[in-house]
Amino acid sequence: MTFVYRHRLATRIWHWINAVAIFILIGSGLGISNAHPRLYWGRYGANFDPAWLELPRFPSWLTIPASYNLALSRRWHLFFSLVLAFGLLGYMMASLLNRHFARDLHLRRRDLSRRHLWADLRAHLALRFHDPERPRDYNVFQKLSYVVVIFILLPLVILTGVALSPAMNAAWPWLLDLFGGRQSARSIHFLCMFGLALFTVVHLALVILAGVVNETRSMITGWWRLP
Amino acid sequence: MILARRSLIAGTAALPAGCDRIAEQPTARRILFLGEDMHRGLQRALSDRNALAPEFTPDQRSPFFRPNGTRDPGTTEYAALRAARFDDWRLKVDGLVARPLSLGLADLGALPQRAQITRHDCVEGWSAIGKWQGPRLGDVLKAAGLRDAARYIVFTCADLYGGEPYYESIDLVDAFHPQTILAWALNDRFLPVMNGAPCRLRVERQLGYKHAKYLMRIQAVGSLVGIGKGRGGYWEDNVDYDWYAGI
Repeated sequence: MTFVYRHRLATRIWHWINAVAIFILIGSGLGISNAHPRLYWGRYGANFDPAWLELPRFPSWLTIPASYNLALSRRWHLFFSLVLAFGLLGYMMASLLNRHFARDLHLRRRDLSRRHLWADLRAHLALRFHDPERPRDYNVFQKLSYVVVIFILLPLVILTGVALSPAMNAAWPWLLDLFGGRQSARSIHFLCMFGLALFTVVHLALVILAGVVNETRSMITGWWRLP
Repeated sequence: MILARRSLIAGTAALPAGCDRIAEQPTARRILFLGEDMHRGLQRALSDRNALAPEFTPDQRSPFFRPNGTRDPGTTEYAALRAARFDDWRLKVDGLVARPLSLGLADLGALPQRAQITRHDCVEGWSAIGKWQGPRLGDVLKAAGLRDAARYIVFTCADLYGGEPYYESIDLVDAFHPQTILAWALNDRFLPVMNGAPCRLRVERQLGYKHAKYLMRIQAVGSLVGIGKGRGGYWEDNVDYDWYAGI
Protein backbone atom coordinates (compact mmCIF):
# COMPACT_ATOMS: atom_id res chain seq x y z
CA MET A 1 0.00 0.00 0.00
CA THR A 2 1.38 3.36 -1.01
CA PHE A 3 0.29 6.50 0.77
CA VAL A 4 0.66 10.04 -0.51
CA TYR A 5 0.33 13.25 1.50
CA ARG A 6 -2.70 14.81 -0.14
CA HIS A 7 -4.31 17.47 2.09
CA ARG A 8 -2.35 20.02 4.08
CA LEU A 9 -3.14 21.03 7.63
CA ALA A 10 -4.82 24.34 6.68
CA THR A 11 -7.10 22.55 4.19
CA ARG A 12 -8.02 19.85 6.70
CA ILE A 13 -8.76 22.24 9.56
CA TRP A 14 -10.89 24.47 7.36
CA HIS A 15 -12.70 21.52 5.80
CA TRP A 16 -14.04 20.30 9.14
CA ILE A 17 -14.78 23.72 10.60
CA ASN A 18 -16.60 24.63 7.40
CA ALA A 19 -18.47 21.32 7.25
CA VAL A 20 -19.91 21.90 10.73
CA ALA A 21 -20.71 25.53 9.90
CA ILE A 22 -22.48 24.62 6.65
CA PHE A 23 -24.66 21.97 8.30
CA ILE A 24 -25.64 24.31 11.14
CA LEU A 25 -26.19 27.28 8.85
CA ILE A 26 -28.44 25.32 6.49
CA GLY A 27 -30.43 23.80 9.36
CA SER A 28 -30.90 27.08 11.20
CA GLY A 29 -31.48 28.93 7.93
CA LEU A 30 -34.34 26.59 7.06
CA GLY A 31 -35.74 27.30 10.53
CA ILE A 32 -35.57 31.04 9.80
CA SER A 33 -37.19 30.47 6.41
CA ASN A 34 -40.19 28.91 8.15
CA ALA A 35 -40.90 32.31 9.77
CA HIS A 36 -41.73 33.83 6.38
CA PRO A 37 -41.50 31.22 3.61
CA ARG A 38 -41.89 33.61 0.68
CA LEU A 39 -39.16 34.99 -1.61
CA TYR A 40 -39.33 38.27 -3.51
CA TRP A 41 -37.26 40.28 -5.98
CA GLY A 42 -36.52 43.94 -5.36
CA ARG A 43 -36.19 46.26 -2.41
CA TYR A 44 -39.31 45.32 -0.44
CA GLY A 45 -41.58 42.29 -0.14
CA ALA A 46 -44.19 41.24 2.39
CA ASN A 47 -47.39 39.21 2.51
CA PHE A 48 -49.39 41.45 0.19
CA ASP A 49 -46.63 41.70 -2.44
CA PRO A 50 -46.19 39.07 -5.16
CA ALA A 51 -43.66 36.36 -4.23
CA TRP A 52 -41.67 34.60 -6.97
CA LEU A 53 -41.39 31.51 -4.83
CA GLU A 54 -43.48 30.14 -1.99
CA LEU A 55 -41.34 27.73 -0.04
CA PRO A 56 -42.62 24.63 1.71
CA ARG A 57 -42.55 24.46 5.48
CA PHE A 58 -39.27 22.67 6.25
CA PRO A 59 -39.81 19.66 8.52
CA SER A 60 -38.35 19.45 12.02
CA TRP A 61 -35.72 16.84 11.09
CA LEU A 62 -34.12 19.44 8.81
CA THR A 63 -34.30 22.54 11.01
CA ILE A 64 -32.27 23.77 13.97
CA PRO A 65 -33.85 23.82 16.50
CA ALA A 66 -36.14 20.93 15.58
CA SER A 67 -39.25 22.70 16.88
CA TYR A 68 -39.95 26.15 15.45
CA ASN A 69 -38.05 28.82 17.37
CA LEU A 70 -37.01 31.84 15.33
CA ALA A 71 -34.94 33.34 18.14
CA LEU A 72 -32.79 30.22 18.58
CA SER A 73 -32.51 29.59 14.82
CA ARG A 74 -31.16 33.12 14.54
CA ARG A 75 -28.71 32.60 17.43
CA TRP A 76 -27.29 29.49 15.72
CA HIS A 77 -27.27 31.14 12.32
CA LEU A 78 -25.62 34.40 13.37
CA PHE A 79 -22.90 32.73 15.47
CA PHE A 80 -21.94 30.29 12.73
CA SER A 81 -22.15 32.98 10.04
CA LEU A 82 -19.01 34.40 11.63
CA VAL A 83 -17.36 30.97 11.71
CA LEU A 84 -18.14 30.55 7.99
CA ALA A 85 -16.97 34.03 6.96
CA PHE A 86 -13.77 34.24 8.97
CA GLY A 87 -13.03 30.56 8.33
CA LEU A 88 -13.20 31.16 4.59
CA LEU A 89 -11.04 34.27 4.90
CA GLY A 90 -8.37 32.40 6.89
CA TYR A 91 -8.43 29.42 4.53
CA MET A 92 -8.12 31.67 1.47
CA MET A 93 -5.12 33.48 2.89
CA ALA A 94 -3.46 30.21 3.91
CA SER A 95 -4.16 28.65 0.51
CA LEU A 96 -2.60 31.57 -1.32
CA LEU A 97 0.47 31.35 0.90
CA ASN A 98 0.89 27.56 0.77
CA ARG A 99 0.02 27.55 -2.95
CA HIS A 100 -2.89 25.12 -2.50
CA PHE A 101 -5.01 27.21 -4.87
CA ALA A 102 -2.26 27.53 -7.48
CA ARG A 103 -1.22 23.90 -7.27
CA ASP A 104 -4.51 22.04 -6.84
CA LEU A 105 -7.41 24.25 -7.98
CA HIS A 106 -5.88 26.05 -10.92
CA LEU A 107 -7.93 25.12 -13.99
CA ARG A 108 -5.75 24.82 -17.06
CA ARG A 109 -6.93 25.25 -20.63
CA ARG A 110 -6.39 21.56 -21.37
CA ASP A 111 -8.56 20.65 -18.34
CA LEU A 112 -11.48 22.40 -19.98
CA SER A 113 -11.11 21.01 -23.49
CA ARG A 114 -14.22 19.21 -24.68
CA ARG A 115 -12.28 15.97 -25.05
CA HIS A 116 -10.93 16.12 -21.55
CA LEU A 117 -14.34 16.92 -20.04
CA TRP A 118 -15.94 14.07 -21.96
CA ALA A 119 -13.24 11.64 -20.88
CA ASP A 120 -13.65 12.75 -17.25
CA LEU A 121 -17.42 12.32 -17.42
CA ARG A 122 -17.00 8.76 -18.72
CA ALA A 123 -14.45 8.06 -16.01
CA HIS A 124 -16.93 9.31 -13.37
CA LEU A 125 -19.68 7.08 -14.77
CA ALA A 126 -17.26 4.15 -14.52
CA LEU A 127 -16.57 5.25 -10.91
CA ARG A 128 -12.94 6.05 -11.69
CA PHE A 129 -12.13 9.32 -9.98
CA HIS A 130 -8.36 9.47 -10.30
CA ASP A 131 -6.09 9.81 -13.27
CA PRO A 132 -3.76 6.77 -12.93
CA GLU A 133 -0.85 8.90 -14.13
CA ARG A 134 -1.44 11.72 -11.65
CA PRO A 135 -3.54 10.12 -8.89
CA ARG A 136 -2.78 12.92 -6.45
CA ASP A 137 -4.46 15.58 -8.60
CA TYR A 138 -8.10 16.52 -8.40
CA ASN A 139 -10.06 15.55 -11.49
CA VAL A 140 -11.56 18.34 -13.57
CA PHE A 141 -15.14 18.08 -12.20
CA GLN A 142 -13.72 18.10 -8.71
CA LYS A 143 -11.70 21.24 -9.48
CA LEU A 144 -14.70 22.92 -11.13
CA SER A 145 -17.04 22.20 -8.24
CA TYR A 146 -14.51 23.32 -5.61
CA VAL A 147 -13.84 26.53 -7.55
CA VAL A 148 -17.58 27.26 -7.83
CA VAL A 149 -18.09 26.63 -4.10
CA ILE A 150 -14.99 28.42 -2.79
CA PHE A 151 -14.89 31.42 -5.13
CA ILE A 152 -18.55 31.91 -6.05
CA LEU A 153 -21.14 30.30 -3.75
CA LEU A 154 -19.47 30.87 -0.38
CA PRO A 155 -18.50 34.53 -0.98
CA LEU A 156 -21.95 35.17 -2.45
CA VAL A 157 -23.82 33.54 0.44
CA ILE A 158 -21.73 35.58 2.91
CA LEU A 159 -22.19 38.91 1.11
CA THR A 160 -25.94 38.42 0.56
CA GLY A 161 -26.16 37.56 4.28
CA VAL A 162 -24.40 40.82 5.17
CA ALA A 163 -26.81 42.66 2.83
CA LEU A 164 -29.72 41.45 5.01
CA SER A 165 -28.42 43.48 7.96
CA PRO A 166 -30.08 46.91 8.27
CA ALA A 167 -27.02 48.17 10.18
CA MET A 168 -24.65 46.98 7.44
CA ASN A 169 -26.96 48.54 4.82
CA ALA A 170 -26.10 51.88 6.43
CA ALA A 171 -22.38 51.02 6.56
CA TRP A 172 -22.08 49.47 3.07
CA PRO A 173 -25.04 50.71 0.97
CA TRP A 174 -23.25 49.57 -2.24
CA LEU A 175 -23.97 45.94 -1.31
CA LEU A 176 -27.71 46.54 -1.74
CA ASP A 177 -27.11 48.17 -5.13
CA LEU A 178 -25.00 45.17 -6.14
CA PHE A 179 -27.79 42.69 -5.39
CA GLY A 180 -30.74 44.88 -6.40
CA GLY A 181 -32.32 45.42 -2.98
CA ARG A 182 -32.68 43.54 0.28
CA GLN A 183 -35.36 41.11 -0.83
CA SER A 184 -33.33 40.21 -3.93
CA ALA A 185 -30.33 39.62 -1.67
CA ARG A 186 -32.52 37.35 0.48
CA SER A 187 -33.58 35.37 -2.61
CA ILE A 188 -29.97 35.03 -3.82
CA HIS A 189 -28.96 33.99 -0.28
CA PHE A 190 -31.51 31.18 -0.46
CA LEU A 191 -30.41 30.09 -3.97
CA CYS A 192 -26.77 29.96 -2.83
CA MET A 193 -27.84 27.79 0.10
CA PHE A 194 -29.57 25.45 -2.34
CA GLY A 195 -26.38 25.26 -4.42
CA LEU A 196 -24.30 24.50 -1.33
CA ALA A 197 -26.78 21.84 -0.17
CA LEU A 198 -26.66 20.23 -3.61
CA PHE A 199 -22.85 20.27 -3.55
CA THR A 200 -22.86 18.69 -0.08
CA VAL A 201 -25.13 15.84 -1.17
CA VAL A 202 -23.07 15.08 -4.29
CA HIS A 203 -19.83 15.47 -2.32
CA LEU A 204 -20.96 12.95 0.32
CA ALA A 205 -22.20 10.53 -2.35
CA LEU A 206 -18.84 10.67 -4.13
CA VAL A 207 -16.95 10.19 -0.85
CA ILE A 208 -18.96 7.00 -0.37
CA LEU A 209 -18.32 5.83 -3.93
CA ALA A 210 -14.60 6.65 -3.77
CA GLY A 211 -14.17 4.89 -0.43
CA VAL A 212 -15.31 6.39 2.87
CA VAL A 213 -12.36 5.18 4.96
CA ASN A 214 -9.60 6.32 2.62
CA GLU A 215 -11.21 9.67 1.83
CA THR A 216 -12.11 10.48 5.44
CA ARG A 217 -8.68 9.46 6.72
CA SER A 218 -6.99 11.65 4.14
CA MET A 219 -9.04 14.61 5.30
CA ILE A 220 -8.08 13.91 8.94
CA THR A 221 -4.40 12.87 8.68
CA GLY A 222 -3.63 14.16 5.22
CA TRP A 223 -2.43 10.71 4.02
CA TRP A 224 -4.30 9.09 1.17
CA ARG A 225 -3.83 5.52 -0.07
CA LEU A 226 -3.19 5.21 -3.79
CA PRO A 227 -5.89 3.16 -5.51
CA MET B 1 -18.53 0.17 3.36
CA ILE B 2 -22.27 -0.28 3.90
CA LEU B 3 -21.72 0.25 7.62
CA ALA B 4 -19.72 3.40 7.00
CA ARG B 5 -22.37 4.66 4.63
CA ARG B 6 -25.10 4.00 7.20
CA SER B 7 -23.21 5.78 9.96
CA LEU B 8 -22.56 8.73 7.66
CA ILE B 9 -26.25 9.07 6.81
CA ALA B 10 -27.34 8.54 10.42
CA GLY B 11 -24.77 11.07 11.59
CA THR B 12 -26.06 13.67 9.16
CA ALA B 13 -29.67 13.15 10.20
CA ALA B 14 -28.75 13.27 13.92
CA LEU B 15 -27.08 16.65 13.61
CA PRO B 16 -30.17 18.85 14.20
CA ALA B 17 -31.18 16.82 17.27
CA GLY B 18 -27.61 17.05 18.59
CA CYS B 19 -27.66 20.82 18.18
CA ASP B 20 -30.77 21.06 20.32
CA ARG B 21 -29.08 19.12 23.10
CA ILE B 22 -26.01 21.37 22.85
CA ALA B 23 -28.14 24.52 23.05
CA GLU B 24 -29.57 23.27 26.37
CA GLN B 25 -26.12 23.34 28.00
CA PRO B 26 -25.67 26.69 29.82
CA THR B 27 -22.06 27.14 28.68
CA ALA B 28 -22.80 26.30 25.05
CA ARG B 29 -25.78 28.61 25.20
CA ARG B 30 -23.63 31.44 26.56
CA ILE B 31 -21.11 30.97 23.74
CA LEU B 32 -23.87 30.86 21.12
CA PHE B 33 -25.42 34.03 22.53
CA LEU B 34 -22.01 35.79 22.29
CA GLY B 35 -22.72 36.06 18.57
CA GLU B 36 -24.90 39.10 19.32
CA ASP B 37 -22.00 41.00 20.95
CA MET B 38 -19.62 39.97 18.17
CA HIS B 39 -22.00 41.22 15.47
CA ARG B 40 -22.63 44.46 17.36
CA GLY B 41 -18.90 45.02 17.80
CA LEU B 42 -18.14 44.28 14.15
CA GLN B 43 -21.02 46.34 12.79
CA ARG B 44 -20.23 49.32 15.00
CA ALA B 45 -16.54 49.07 14.08
CA LEU B 46 -17.34 48.97 10.36
CA SER B 47 -19.86 51.81 10.35
CA ASP B 48 -19.75 55.47 11.03
CA ARG B 49 -21.75 56.36 14.14
CA ASN B 50 -24.04 58.50 11.99
CA ALA B 51 -24.06 56.35 8.84
CA LEU B 52 -27.55 56.65 7.36
CA ALA B 53 -29.86 53.77 6.50
CA PRO B 54 -30.77 53.86 2.77
CA GLU B 55 -33.60 56.23 1.91
CA PHE B 56 -35.92 55.75 -1.05
CA THR B 57 -38.03 57.76 -3.49
CA PRO B 58 -41.85 57.99 -3.12
CA ASP B 59 -42.44 55.56 -6.02
CA GLN B 60 -40.26 52.92 -4.36
CA ARG B 61 -42.66 52.59 -1.40
CA SER B 62 -44.63 49.40 -0.68
CA PRO B 63 -48.22 49.63 -1.95
CA PHE B 64 -49.40 48.50 1.49
CA PHE B 65 -47.43 48.78 4.73
CA ARG B 66 -48.38 45.63 6.57
CA PRO B 67 -48.67 45.75 10.36
CA ASN B 68 -47.22 43.18 12.72
CA GLY B 69 -47.46 42.35 16.42
CA THR B 70 -50.27 44.24 18.13
CA ARG B 71 -52.82 45.61 15.61
CA ASP B 72 -54.79 47.46 18.28
CA PRO B 73 -53.85 47.61 21.98
CA GLY B 74 -57.58 47.32 22.81
CA THR B 75 -57.22 48.39 26.45
CA THR B 76 -59.81 50.74 28.01
CA GLU B 77 -57.18 53.46 28.41
CA TYR B 78 -56.11 53.20 24.78
CA ALA B 79 -59.70 53.07 23.53
CA ALA B 80 -60.42 56.33 25.41
CA LEU B 81 -57.34 58.03 23.92
CA ARG B 82 -58.29 56.82 20.48
CA ALA B 83 -61.91 57.98 20.84
CA ALA B 84 -60.60 61.51 21.59
CA ARG B 85 -58.35 61.33 18.50
CA PHE B 86 -55.31 61.27 20.83
CA ASP B 87 -55.94 64.88 21.96
CA ASP B 88 -55.39 63.75 25.56
CA TRP B 89 -52.40 61.55 24.79
CA ARG B 90 -49.19 62.63 26.51
CA LEU B 91 -45.76 61.15 25.98
CA LYS B 92 -43.81 61.24 29.24
CA VAL B 93 -40.04 61.78 29.00
CA ASP B 94 -38.39 61.09 32.35
CA GLY B 95 -35.82 59.03 34.20
CA LEU B 96 -32.25 60.35 34.18
CA VAL B 97 -33.13 63.75 32.71
CA ALA B 98 -32.81 67.27 34.12
CA ARG B 99 -36.28 68.42 32.92
CA PRO B 100 -38.96 65.73 32.63
CA LEU B 101 -41.34 66.44 29.74
CA SER B 102 -44.92 65.65 28.90
CA LEU B 103 -45.54 66.02 25.17
CA GLY B 104 -48.77 65.97 23.16
CA LEU B 105 -49.09 65.42 19.42
CA ALA B 106 -49.05 69.22 18.84
CA ASP B 107 -45.77 69.47 20.80
CA LEU B 108 -44.19 66.74 18.66
CA GLY B 109 -45.38 68.55 15.52
CA ALA B 110 -43.93 71.87 16.75
CA LEU B 111 -40.39 70.45 17.04
CA PRO B 112 -38.10 70.44 13.97
CA GLN B 113 -39.33 67.58 11.78
CA ARG B 114 -37.52 64.88 9.86
CA ALA B 115 -39.28 62.98 7.05
CA GLN B 116 -37.65 59.84 5.65
CA ILE B 117 -38.64 57.05 3.29
CA THR B 118 -36.99 53.98 4.76
CA ARG B 119 -37.25 50.21 4.71
CA HIS B 120 -38.70 48.33 7.65
CA ASP B 121 -37.18 44.86 8.05
CA CYS B 122 -39.05 42.33 10.12
CA VAL B 123 -37.05 39.69 12.00
CA GLU B 124 -39.19 37.16 10.11
CA GLY B 125 -37.64 38.20 6.80
CA TRP B 126 -40.08 40.52 5.03
CA SER B 127 -39.48 44.20 4.24
CA ALA B 128 -41.79 47.16 3.63
CA ILE B 129 -40.90 50.69 2.54
CA GLY B 130 -42.80 53.71 3.86
CA LYS B 131 -42.45 57.41 4.62
CA TRP B 132 -42.18 58.40 8.27
CA GLN B 133 -42.26 61.84 9.85
CA GLY B 134 -41.59 63.17 13.31
CA PRO B 135 -39.07 64.94 15.53
CA ARG B 136 -35.65 63.43 16.16
CA LEU B 137 -35.45 61.52 19.41
CA GLY B 138 -32.08 63.24 19.98
CA ASP B 139 -33.74 66.68 19.96
CA VAL B 140 -36.35 65.54 22.49
CA LEU B 141 -33.64 64.09 24.75
CA LYS B 142 -31.61 67.30 24.47
CA ALA B 143 -34.69 69.32 25.44
CA ALA B 144 -35.12 67.09 28.48
CA GLY B 145 -31.42 67.36 29.35
CA LEU B 146 -30.00 63.85 29.55
CA ARG B 147 -27.92 63.23 32.68
CA ASP B 148 -24.39 61.83 32.40
CA ALA B 149 -25.38 58.55 34.06
CA ALA B 150 -27.89 57.72 31.29
CA ARG B 151 -26.84 54.77 29.11
CA TYR B 152 -30.09 53.46 27.60
CA ILE B 153 -33.43 54.83 26.49
CA VAL B 154 -36.43 52.66 27.39
CA PHE B 155 -39.73 52.90 25.48
CA THR B 156 -42.93 51.88 27.25
CA CYS B 157 -45.92 51.09 25.05
CA ALA B 158 -49.69 51.16 25.50
CA ASP B 159 -50.13 47.54 24.39
CA LEU B 160 -49.90 44.22 26.13
CA TYR B 161 -48.50 41.41 24.01
CA GLY B 162 -49.42 37.94 25.21
CA GLY B 163 -50.59 39.60 28.43
CA GLU B 164 -47.26 41.34 29.09
CA PRO B 165 -46.47 45.01 28.55
CA TYR B 166 -44.53 45.65 25.35
CA TYR B 167 -41.38 47.68 25.79
CA GLU B 168 -38.07 48.17 24.05
CA SER B 169 -34.74 49.86 24.63
CA ILE B 170 -31.80 51.22 22.63
CA ASP B 171 -28.43 52.66 23.54
CA LEU B 172 -27.35 56.27 23.10
CA VAL B 173 -25.56 55.63 19.77
CA ASP B 174 -28.90 54.77 18.19
CA ALA B 175 -30.90 57.25 20.32
CA PHE B 176 -28.90 60.18 18.90
CA HIS B 177 -28.72 58.81 15.34
CA PRO B 178 -30.10 61.41 12.89
CA GLN B 179 -32.72 58.97 11.52
CA THR B 180 -34.01 57.90 14.94
CA ILE B 181 -37.33 59.73 15.13
CA LEU B 182 -40.61 59.66 17.04
CA ALA B 183 -42.87 59.11 14.05
CA TRP B 184 -46.46 60.35 14.20
CA ALA B 185 -47.09 60.14 10.42
CA LEU B 186 -46.85 57.28 7.92
CA ASN B 187 -47.07 58.09 4.21
CA ASP B 188 -48.19 61.69 4.94
CA ARG B 189 -51.12 60.71 7.18
CA PHE B 190 -51.48 60.31 10.93
CA LEU B 191 -50.23 56.86 11.98
CA PRO B 192 -52.96 54.22 11.57
CA VAL B 193 -53.76 52.31 14.75
CA MET B 194 -52.35 49.09 13.28
CA ASN B 195 -48.98 50.82 12.71
CA GLY B 196 -48.71 52.25 16.23
CA ALA B 197 -50.88 55.39 16.60
CA PRO B 198 -50.35 58.00 17.79
CA CYS B 199 -46.56 57.69 17.83
CA ARG B 200 -43.90 55.02 17.32
CA LEU B 201 -40.14 54.81 17.38
CA ARG B 202 -38.14 54.52 14.16
CA VAL B 203 -34.63 53.19 14.73
CA GLU B 204 -33.68 52.55 11.14
CA ARG B 205 -30.51 50.48 11.53
CA GLN B 206 -32.26 47.75 13.52
CA LEU B 207 -35.00 45.17 12.94
CA GLY B 208 -38.72 45.88 13.25
CA TYR B 209 -39.32 44.63 16.79
CA LYS B 210 -37.09 47.42 18.13
CA HIS B 211 -39.44 50.05 16.62
CA ALA B 212 -41.78 50.30 19.61
CA LYS B 213 -45.37 51.26 18.73
CA TYR B 214 -48.08 53.02 20.83
CA LEU B 215 -45.46 55.00 22.78
CA MET B 216 -46.46 56.20 26.25
CA ARG B 217 -43.20 56.85 28.04
CA ILE B 218 -39.55 57.45 27.21
CA GLN B 219 -37.25 56.82 30.12
CA ALA B 220 -33.51 57.42 30.36
CA VAL B 221 -31.80 54.80 32.53
CA GLY B 222 -28.29 53.79 33.56
CA SER B 223 -28.96 50.07 33.34
CA LEU B 224 -31.64 47.73 32.03
CA VAL B 225 -31.65 45.70 35.24
CA GLY B 226 -35.00 45.84 37.02
CA ILE B 227 -36.95 46.82 33.91
CA GLY B 228 -39.19 44.00 32.74
CA LYS B 229 -37.07 40.86 33.14
CA GLY B 230 -33.93 42.92 32.62
CA ARG B 231 -33.00 42.04 29.06
CA GLY B 232 -34.15 45.26 27.44
CA GLY B 233 -37.38 44.39 25.70
CA TYR B 234 -40.48 42.23 25.45
CA TRP B 235 -38.98 39.80 22.92
CA GLU B 236 -35.58 39.81 24.55
CA ASP B 237 -37.18 38.94 27.90
CA ASN B 238 -39.60 36.31 26.68
CA VAL B 239 -38.19 34.55 23.62
CA ASP B 240 -34.39 35.09 23.45
CA TYR B 241 -34.38 37.65 20.64
CA ASP B 242 -31.16 39.64 20.42
CA TRP B 243 -31.21 43.01 22.19
CA TYR B 244 -28.95 44.36 19.43
CA ALA B 245 -31.01 43.78 16.29
CA GLY B 246 -28.65 45.15 13.62
CA ILE B 247 -28.91 41.87 11.71
